Amino acid sequence: MAERLLEVAELEVSFATEDGLVRAVDGVSFALHRGEVVAIVGESGSGKSVTVMTLMGLTRGVNSRFGGSARLGDRELVTASEAELERVRGAEIAMIFQDPISSLSPVMRIGDQIVEQIRAHEKVSKGAAMDRAVELMERVGIPRARDRARNYPHEFSGGMRQRVMIALALSLSPSVLIADEPTTALDVTIQAQILQEVKQLSQESSSGVIFVTHDLGVVADIADRVIVMYAGQVVEQGTLEEIFYDPQHPYTWGLLGSVTRMDRPPPRRLPAIPGLPPSLTDPPEGCHFAPRCPLRFDRCHELPPLQARVPGVAGHLDRCWLQAGDKRDRREVEGQIGLATEAVA
Amino acid sequence: MARFAVRRALSALALLFATSVVVFGAFEVIPSYNPAQAIAGRNATPTTVAEVSRKFGFDKPVYTQYVNTMKLVFTGKVIDYQDDLNVVDQFRKRFPVTLSLVLPAGILWFGMAVVLGSVSAMRAGRLTDRVVMVAAIVGVSIPVVLLAALLLYFFAYKLTWFPNTGYHGLSNPVQWAYHLILPWIALAVLNIGFYSRVLRSGLLDMANQDFVRTARAKGLSRGQVFRRHMLRNSLMPIITMFGLDFATAIGGAALITEAVFNLPGIGQYEASSIGNLDVPPILVGAILTAFFVVLFGALIDILYGLLDPRIRLTG
Repeated sequence: MAERLLEVAELEVSFATEDGLVRAVDGVSFALHRGEVVAIVGESGSGKSVTVMTLMGLTRGVNSRFGGSARLGDRELVTASEAELERVRGAEIAMIFQDPISSLSPVMRIGDQIVEQIRAHEKVSKGAAMDRAVELMERVGIPRARDRARNYPHEFSGGMRQRVMIALALSLSPSVLIADEPTTALDVTIQAQILQEVKQLSQESSSGVIFVTHDLGVVADIADRVIVMYAGQVVEQGTLEEIFYDPQHPYTWGLLGSVTRMDRPPPRRLPAIPGLPPSLTDPPEGCHFAPRCPLRFDRCHELPPLQARVPGVAGHLDRCWLQAGDKRDRREVEGQIGLATEAVA
Repeated sequence: MARFAVRRALSALALLFATSVVVFGAFEVIPSYNPAQAIAGRNATPTTVAEVSRKFGFDKPVYTQYVNTMKLVFTGKVIDYQDDLNVVDQFRKRFPVTLSLVLPAGILWFGMAVVLGSVSAMRAGRLTDRVVMVAAIVGVSIPVVLLAALLLYFFAYKLTWFPNTGYHGLSNPVQWAYHLILPWIALAVLNIGFYSRVLRSGLLDMANQDFVRTARAKGLSRGQVFRRHMLRNSLMPIITMFGLDFATAIGGAALITEAVFNLPGIGQYEASSIGNLDVPPILVGAILTAFFVVLFGALIDILYGLLDPRIRLTG
């Protein structure tokens, strides 16, 4: 197996608010290896962004509380000092954000924004840093990079800005690249190009990529392994094939079932998972998904452990009390994977 | 840029014209307004008053009076009614005093506001922040008259650290500054309070901006993120405020501070002219203030263009 870059164990992040403690991330564990793309999927508010932002120390604040561990090599990130994190950010872990329009400073030239990052970590002259910035911009496919480096973000299109963000993230060849919904704000044709770009560039530099998204189509394109999050917890994780062809958790079935597919006749109604995610200040006892799960039974009031479905298939874990055989029978809805809207049990 | 300058100059002319008409016209509708009587004196006979009225042209229609007065203003020959002094000379003589008060005070209030607002935002929610913000509220709430009087009482009268009142020319810079320190403080405190609060809230908004998060994710230090990414974008509102406050202050709005510290600036002159319904100084003062407001408005717009490349000057 490839070198392990990042190991997250029982990571907990909560925020003190006026309504109580919001448990945004509740015991998340996963690992990232060199050359691998791990996708974290889940709906808005499932804690996927908070998880990755915590790895960079971007969720720190007066009202934040942390638990568990996140190790980058032999460095502990959760308890690292701010000075230590400043050395990690941008150099060892870099991040591409969701909205390329607002993620670049509007009053600084593009080239200067890249130069600034290079010079925050390396003692190089401005000229040398600018040469590297131009080179990076060329690498991510920005034409006339030398001239364009003198432009401001508002003179770039959305797709070009996201390329700048990628150039920025890759500028110090980080071992871990985090992409937080990098294609959500872009139109579909640009999406495909950007995905290709991220995948190719990360392979060239053999870094590990964490790809946060709620778009399963994107996941199918890019991921090697998938982590499914719900209400601050990991409910299932496995390889791309395991998650797409042998999903174990009813929430994953619901997610997969709610995707419209071009190779199937359109459904009468777009399937959706009934109900809303629970409040994170007061999550349900036991399984967080139980209140919305048509297959729940009395045992669901105890929290199921994240465990291997089949002993021996170490990588495929899920958090559900249903028996493997039961699941196989019940995840078929009208001939494909989905979550039945009426309780069958 | 040339287009911008021309358009601004034209709108400035229109504004100055409108200001002069409004100010001049306002006195025509004041019931007790009788400049001939004021010039002739309290005990003048009706014949004398009529003579003065004829000599100064107060018997002419209003528009003729306006045109004549404006002619005098722009040829520099206009005199005030209270002391028969040349108004333009008075303004010329008093302007350095007002500028000596307002310019350093302006630098003081802007600089202090940037420092206090920044400190407060960086330490948001902690003790330093609370202390600064309470102090800012006190500074905003305290009337300038009271503050000036308190400063005089404690620092000039009780502790005798500073001279009592009065103005010394710039020929002796040490005496000049020594006499002006208390007035600078008195004038600056109110604005320090206002500006630091506005800057603080702007900075806190800025802290949640995506590009500030990007800057942190790049591995910049807190100080670098603050200076290069947050402060620059948060300065716009207080620069706008500064332009207008500074313009009105050198146009005479610092009159309370001038009065308490007995500084013979244009604010005092305008105040006494208003008390005497003495039109020429008020007219000149209003035109001057309007001119400064337009001038600083244009300067701010140019500064905006420099601070934010998305803004283009079109006038």
